[in-house]
Amino acid sequence: MKLTLKIWRQKDAKSTGKFVTYPIDNISPNCSFLEMLDLLNEQLILQGQDPVVFDHDCREGICGMCSLYINGRPHGPDDAVTACQLHMRKFKDGETIIIEPWRAKPFPVIKDLMVDRTAFDKIIQEGGYISVNTGGSAEANSILINKINSELAMDAAACIGCGACVAACKNASAMLFVSAKVSQFALLPQGQVEANERVKKMVKKMDELGFGNCTNTYACEAECPKLISRSNIARLNREFMVAKVLG
Amino acid sequence: MAFLGIFLMIFLVVHLGINLCLLRSDGGAWFTAAAHFMGTNYVIKVFEVILMGGFVLHILIGIILQIQNWMARPVRYKVINKTYTPFMSKYMIYTGGIVLVFLIIHFMNFYFIKLGWISTTLISEGEPDFYNIARALFMQPFYSLLYIVLFIALGFHLNHAFQAAWQTLGVNHPQYDNCIHWFGTLYAIIIPLGFIIIPVYFLFIQ
Ligand code: FES
Repeated sequence: MKLTLKIWRQKDAKSTGKFVTYPIDNISPNCSFLEMLDLLNEQLILQGQDPVVFDHDCREGICGMCSLYINGRPHGPDDAVTACQLHMRKFKDGETIIIEPWRAKPFPVIKDLMVDRTAFDKIIQEGGYISVNTGGSAEANSILINKINSELAMDAAACIGCGACVAACKNASAMLFVSAKVSQFALLPQGQVEANERVKKMVKKMDELGFGNCTNTYACEAECPKLISRSNIARLNREFMVAKVLG
Repeated sequence: MAFLGIFLMIFLVVHLGINLCLLRSDGGAWFTAAAHFMGTNYVIKVFEVILMGGFVLHILIGIILQIQNWMARPVRYKVINKTYTPFMSKYMIYTGGIVLVFLIIHFMNFYFIKLGWISTTLISEGEPDFYNIARALFMQPFYSLLYIVLFIALGFHLNHAFQAAWQTLGVNHPQYDNCIHWFGTLYAIIIPLGFIIIPVYFLFIQ
């Protein structure tokens, strides 16, 4: 495959970036998107140029590090996959591919395509956990959980925190992320003790960090590589209202 | 936003009911009676204040949230987002803006007259003759056309608004989602259509 890449290049957080065009040839359709970028970077290094910086880690769709806005869609043209699982066969030979970093105020660009997603960690630190005493591991069946809730909690816990929801949302809202993190506990008995505090603190932090507000366009759900459902957002809204009323 | 929206949506049904009285060929007897009731009943007067508050809050909060949302992405994407989203869900502020324009025109033509802030020559039995005011307006093709276009915009606004309001209030269940969705679409078609029938009636049928 022969492709033209237009990639956002930005020296550091402070400089203003620009798009740079790179032609690339001999790309196998079976190559993953990140491998294609690796090949480009090899070329750039051989030419003595600065390689394109992009986030990645596991390359198997489980860590949530890869974060590329490809041709107008977070994680590119395929559905329910991360950019690292995206294959070049999803593109046409000769196509121009425009690659941008996530764009959101709370996700500042560090360099090129890499953004700082510490904002998500800060939200988690506010309450995305349960407090338990350490010690011997408890008997697994001592707290019974109904099947439906345990499934829903697992679905919510599938969120890998990549930030595609924020990147896709026209308001750069983090509601899908926060709702998944609240839901995974709200659905389980272990999460009840700190439930009210958790939802209030996490939502407060989310707003403080400058994420936008949810206007229910559901772009987040459409782009989530883990198919996190918007029903989690409704649950978050319920939890939040209950917490506000109960104080 | 959602609470206020639902409140306003209920109000629209009441308003439509009164407007449809215009369609009776009774020289405006029903409509005038309804307008008189709305203008004098004390319960209605209390609701009027709540309603105005509802409008103002809905508009103000909408604008504030929108500004925050714009600020949340200071650097825009080069490629416009291609993610699939429900039709019109992205344009609420614009359809809302169009409805606001209508509201202003509407207030100048009716509500401010009722409050006595604007005077009118069409008076019957000491009260402004809203039947003939409405009739005179709808007889103007330009006004009627504008009215129709603005109500189509309201339809688009409502189409997203209805189901979004329930989502915001946390009402979401796989079993009822479709139901809410269809009811919302139906509401968003029937209500504006009901309003649109009136200028069509005055222009072409009467
Ligand atoms: S690199 Fe881990 S999810 Fe893509």
